[in-house]
Amino acid sequence: MEQEMVLKNEKSMSASFKQLLLKLTPSVKKDGIIKSMKNAGITLLSILLFIGLWHMGSKALYNKEADYKVEKALQERGEEAAAAERACIESGDSSCQPNTLPSPTQVWASLKSLVADHQVIKADKAAFAEKLSATNEKLIAQGKDPIVYTGRASFIDIVLTSIKTVFAGFLLALLIAVPIGIIIGLSPSLRSAFNWFIQVFKPVSPVVWYLLVFMIVKTLYIGDSSDNAFVISFISVGLCAMWATLVNTAMGVSSVDKDYINVAKVLKLGTFQKVFKVILPSSLPLIFTGLRITLSVAWMVLIAIELLAQSQGLGLFVWEEFQNGANDSNSKIIVAMFVIGIIGFLLDRLMLTVQNMVSFNKNEMA
Amino acid sequence: MAYLELNNIYKTYGEGDGSTEVLSNINLTMDEGEFVAIVGFTGSGKTTLVNLINGLLQPTSGEVLFKGKPVTDTSHERGVIFQNYSLLPWLTVGQNIYMAVKEAFPKESKADLMKRVKEYVAMVSLSPAINKRPKELSGGMRQRVAVARALAMNPEMIIMDEPLGALDALTRGNLQDEILNIWSQDKRTALLITNDVDEGIYMADRIIPLKPGPNATLGPEFKIDIERPRDKTAMNDNPVYKKTRNAIIEYLMDIGEERKTVSNVEYKLPELTPKSFVA
Repeated sequence: MEQEMVLKNEKSMSASFKQLLLKLTPSVKKDGIIKSMKNAGITLLSILLFIGLWHMGSKALYNKEADYKVEKALQERGEEAAAAERACIESGDSSCQPNTLPSPTQVWASLKSLVADHQVIKADKAAFAEKLSATNEKLIAQGKDPIVYTGRASFIDIVLTSIKTVFAGFLLALLIAVPIGIIIGLSPSLRSAFNWFIQVFKPVSPVVWYLLVFMIVKTLYIGDSSDNAFVISFISVGLCAMWATLVNTAMGVSSVDKDYINVAKVLKLGTFQKVFKVILPSSLPLIFTGLRITLSVAWMVLIAIELLAQSQGLGLFVWEEFQNGANDSNSKIIVAMFVIGIIGFLLDRLMLTVQNMVSFNKNEMA
Repeated sequence: MAYLELNNIYKTYGEGDGSTEVLSNINLTMDEGEFVAIVGFTGSGKTTLVNLINGLLQPTSGEVLFKGKPVTDTSHERGVIFQNYSLLPWLTVGQNIYMAVKEAFPKESKADLMKRVKEYVAMVSLSPAINKRPKELSGGMRQRVAVARALAMNPEMIIMDEPLGALDALTRGNLQDEILNIWSQDKRTALLITNDVDEGIYMADRIIPLKPGPNATLGPEFKIDIERPRDKTAMNDNPVYKKTRNAIIEYLMDIGEERKTVSNVEYKLPELTPKSFVA
């Protein structure tokens, strides 16, 4: 019976996820307000169901840990201590709270506190800038570096850093993978020359990429005291994520419809014209599929790489909160998880929109 | 000197034991201004023959001479209309044709080129669709764009590889008239590859059947002595038409029969009786 329930839930969840996807797809045709309202209703319902299940799950875990704490106090320090422990837990005192999966309300509170924290830091920064504006102007006039704010970054700043890193990495992947993909797609001998390289480096894990980039960048920046965490992390993200684009571009370019090649030959197009007017447009759909995969991989490996590179992004935020072990750390981690998921989803939609805009055969797209 | 000459053409695909000879001993001569149709079964090597003439393929042995010179590459002198239109789907009708004229007349200004594009689009009566993409057009319209693209390059010879094969009978008839109309204006040399005998008789001066491959070769030619312009409905009662048509079809039927190899091997089946599991 219980299993059946779970199955049902899963089904409705996946259905509503599809609805959500459909709703966010720009090319979707709406047939009537009623239908879209119905869809929205189903989505809302499934979100509520999800939150409900989450709430129940976290409550069960909370009770389990609370019971264990009381039991332990009873066995080690006697009945009085156990009663005190129970009272302490029930009073909501932060010193004795069970540290487990946070409930939706806790996560919501953490989100609010993170936003409030952002406001505080923003005000702090403004005050700092005001206070030092005169000094900084003098410093610049003297040809020296101005004093910059080096305080704690707020959650919003952290998210922005992560997005910046992903886009820098994505751009790097695009600039490396697309030209190389085109070149090796055009020449079968270069393709076999590069093949071992792609096969060997494609499955390398993000962590190893980070270490490799670290070795190189560290030496390049030697003697320079400036922070190179951002450089290291975006290069690692780019190198790690570029393979899908490289392989897809090479495949798209090498498998252009023979008819189009024949047309190019009969029209006697030059090499440049042939590549830019025939081969590239016809391989655009595959190139964009590759870029979409690259962007989602970039966002996925970003977390691990930021953690290693100590770059002020979401990856490091999650890790620091986990190490921190404060009372609201767990709920902050869940907030970060949702933010990561939602941004990843939006990035994918963004790519899909761009893909639909530039591709000629719109009907064949996902 | 013949305008187009094919001398002892052999074309083999693959090498060694796995090779197949698609075309053997093809000989053909065409005069300037002539309209020749080659009729054959599907899979008889018609497209290979076309690609040899337009320069996309090179023969294994023998030579293709165009105006006395061997064909080694494609050329703007020979326009090609492909079987499956081969329009570039990301370009509009106008852009598809513009691309061709730009290559054919590199010295002309953009305005002149655009004038040519418009002229040829109008010729195939597609002016309202000039800014549409191939996907938005019907099969017949797409083929008309392909015709316009080939003709806009102003080729001396036009090669058509089953240009109307994928169209319905009515559209087909219309386009046949359109192509004939365009052809009769300046009498370009034309080679039509088709699997439709009636189409060949209606359009061409000569019909040559292609015996089916492997080892496809050209059969005896049939001259069509029907005056132009030909009338489709009146032609059905023309005794010359009937005679030629019957002769060609008979010939094709005969080689079709030859193609079917009858197996004479008798298989001896073992005598078996079902085993009973009940008793």
